Amino acid sequence: MRPSRPLFFHALKATLPVIVGYVPLGFAFGLLFAELGHHWAWAMAMSLAVYAGAAQFLAVGLLAAGAGLVDIGIATLILNARHAFFGVSLLERWRTHPIKKAFLIFWLTDETYAVITSLKAPEGTRETDFHLWVAGLNYAAWNTGTVAGAITGQALAFDTTGMDFALTALFAVLLVEQIREVRQPFPFLLALAAGLATLALFGAEHMLLISIGLSLYLLMLTGRRRAWR
Amino acid sequence: MSGSLTAVILVMAAATVLSRVAPFLFLGRHAERPWVRYLGRGVPPVIVTLLVIYCLRGVRIDAWPYGLPELGALVVTVGLHLAWGNALISIAAGTGLYMFLQQSGVLS
Repeated sequence: MRPSRPLFFHALKATLPVIVGYVPLGFAFGLLFAELGHHWAWAMAMSLAVYAGAAQFLAVGLLAAGAGLVDIGIATLILNARHAFFGVSLLERWRTHPIKKAFLIFWLTDETYAVITSLKAPEGTRETDFHLWVAGLNYAAWNTGTVAGAITGQALAFDTTGMDFALTALFAVLLVEQIREVRQPFPFLLALAAGLATLALFGAEHMLLISIGLSLYLLMLTGRRRAWR
Repeated sequence: MSGSLTAVILVMAAATVLSRVAPFLFLGRHAERPWVRYLGRGVPPVIVTLLVIYCLRGVRIDAWPYGLPELGALVVTVGLHLAWGNALISIAAGTGLYMFLQQSGVLS
């Protein structure tokens, strides 16, 4: 059975909120990077090759502070270690052509992960192809934003203040979808407790990685006690 | 400078790819194990919950406006989503309200 519309449009509809968030965020990264005094092509090169928003924003600060290569490498690794946890839940679902799989893995960001694990592929389509379209569109949006931001430099024609809330709203919507699907309060309450506790103890800077590590540890402990059911 | 910038980009790209590919390299043979399946089910709700908290990490609830713009925008987003189930409408309305609250200065 063929989908009634090309998979591209289904993916576009599914990930439009991420695109709406990625373009201005990429734009902001491009703006910040341009302020370091480099040619816009360097910002584009970093977005194309690294494609990790949080790490790229961090790198701008580190570069401005004159940090060394080792510092930047370790910071990137720590900040992005959370991506390793995402892959665990996709191992079984991404049994596909090696080249497609390589792109899916390279394009695996927080937002892409959230969209593809919360929204189902249209009926009669291959799930990994749907995921590829979603991931590729997000990648294109991030890089378009970066290049536009880096070239524009200082001149902002449109006040984007508050537009980054689109990502918060997206995660809230995906949370509603997850609650509907999982129908079991335990993982949500565990993450809520771990998240608030790490935020209070370690502050906003480091909360994401620590709370993910803590939650996964507690999840594993509980799982073993329940014999993984 | 451009030489070291190339190195920075390459190191960052390598660190990012490593973090994304690690489970596929090291867990591929274990995909059928009960604990991997268990994590596959349990990780998404945990991550999405933590991402919501992470997005709201900078909200000050001990000073005006006490996180009211975020709360209002979230109530609109979740409320519309429970009512209509259309993600785009929910997100656009919530974000639109938030941008209005931030830019108009009604709460400043």
